[in-house]
Amino acid sequence: MEAIEVSNLTKRYDSFTAVDSISFKVEEGEIFGFLGPNGSGKSTTIRMLTGIIKPDKGTAVIMGHDIKKDAIRAKQVMGVVPEMSNAYVELSAWNNLMLMGELYGVPKKDREERAKKLLEQFGLYDRKESPARGFSKGMKQRLILCMALINQPSVLILDEPTSGLDVESSRLIKDVIKELNRAGTTIFLTTHNMEDASQLCERIAIINRGVIAAIDRPEVLKRASSSLQSIELSFNRIVNAEDLSKFSCVKQVKKLGDKFRLYVDDVDLTMDCIMGYARSHNLKIVALNTLAPSLEDIFVSLTHKNKPGED
Amino acid sequence: MYQLEQLQRSFVVAKKDVWIYYAKGPVMVFGLIFPLFLLIAFTIGRNMTVEELFPGLMGMAIFFTSTAVGPAILPWEARSKTLERLVSSPVEVWALLMGDVFASFVFGLLISLIPLVVAVLMGVEVVHLLVFGLGMILATICFASLGILLSVYPPTDVPATVMMLSSLVRFPLVFISGVFIPVEEMPTWARTIASASPLTYFIDLARYSTNGISYYSLPTDLAVLAVFTLLFLVVSIKLHERFLPQRLS
Repeated sequence: MEAIEVSNLTKRYDSFTAVDSISFKVEEGEIFGFLGPNGSGKSTTIRMLTGIIKPDKGTAVIMGHDIKKDAIRAKQVMGVVPEMSNAYVELSAWNNLMLMGELYGVPKKDREERAKKLLEQFGLYDRKESPARGFSKGMKQRLILCMALINQPSVLILDEPTSGLDVESSRLIKDVIKELNRAGTTIFLTTHNMEDASQLCERIAIINRGVIAAIDRPEVLKRASSSLQSIELSFNRIVNAEDLSKFSCVKQVKKLGDKFRLYVDDVDLTMDCIMGYARSHNLKIVALNTLAPSLEDIFVSLTHKNKPGED
Repeated sequence: MYQLEQLQRSFVVAKKDVWIYYAKGPVMVFGLIFPLFLLIAFTIGRNMTVEELFPGLMGMAIFFTSTAVGPAILPWEARSKTLERLVSSPVEVWALLMGDVFASFVFGLLISLIPLVVAVLMGVEVVHLLVFGLGMILATICFASLGILLSVYPPTDVPATVMMLSSLVRFPLVFISGVFIPVEEMPTWARTIASASPLTYFIDLARYSTNGISYYSLPTDLAVLAVFTLLFLVVSIKLHERFLPQRLS
């Protein structure tokens, strides 16, 4: 069964289409990344998936429950960390968890056991009686994640879970996401951090201007973008970048300190050119690396492709 | 079973509201002092007995306490970034709003018991205690529901805006509801206006409870309060469902 099944989901605000008939599926037990620049429709999609706003068209089904027709059942199996969210700062960490547990109908004994375990797991147990007002941003985000997990959700939806966090909190949250996924929880997350997406996600979708620009496994996306392959090289002497740009298969040359990065169509052919150039100019190659495109390269390439005024 | 489950969750919302918004010294002091000051301001020098003051005092106490915080809860939640989390939990909008109504109800009722006890100690005799108790409960729910309705528009996250606009509704209502002049002593046009305010019917009922005299019949007072309650609840739920996404954007 698909954990999340989205079909032709559309949201309009007057004449502006924030999300334009998007469709995708997330398998049970998968970590699925949903990437896109600001204003691309990421948060609107998440708000529709979590039942906060109603789609104008299309359906979203969470663990078999249609978010439009059976919103409460769908919400019951979800844990949500909205992008702009906070714990109740007047309440202690413990009371925040008790409140969420009660809202999800978790029996008292279970919610107390789970709250204790979660607070220990997230390193907050020592501060359980402290009001959340005194917590750092990282501690608050860990508490919000605890709140999202108190109902032991089958699907965890995270909107920018590590945004603006310190290294320790960010790493802890990523470790917990991996651990939860190993235990069978489906994770749907948005992030601006390409490194996080690359490390965590089994598949990613890139949304741009309300439509899905690409959807696949990160490595497949990287391989598919052969036009973004590059070679990084350094010689033992300074050379003219213009010489390198004359190679037939080199599209662009960037000078990076004492190195050059050549964006190429054909790696093999370029290597031959480089060797020939080195021999003819009596140069030694100090370093040479072939680089696959990073997820960031793919993201930038896809999200800038259709910008008005750009090719 | 499903509705009962949702109702239980609305009590959880009410408990949260009481913890966060009501159980605070300044809110309680405001609930106690404000109606009293207003009453003193409008009765001083008019040589009225405690019995004559009682219906108006109780009316204002219940009205102001049960509408004091309710209108600001949703804007507060939106401002402090807790609303989106709350709305994404498995709680229907009606249950969420009922939670806010319950919290306002409990606060309004408990605080209003204090002027009631003081009035009784000062010699006011509530002859029809059961009728008064029923009216007090009904009126508190009615005004708490009005408080939730007052927070609908604009769908802002600025509590001060909502409170200012709600004051524009609440204060005129006090002046047209027979708090200071009994309805039967009003000119016809004023009586017509007074009949549009739910507070009029509670004050009328409170007068009946102490001296047996009322302008409307007792069933009318109770029925109109019940109809206003239902109306406020239905309209506020429908409108909040419509405007809630705008408050979150």
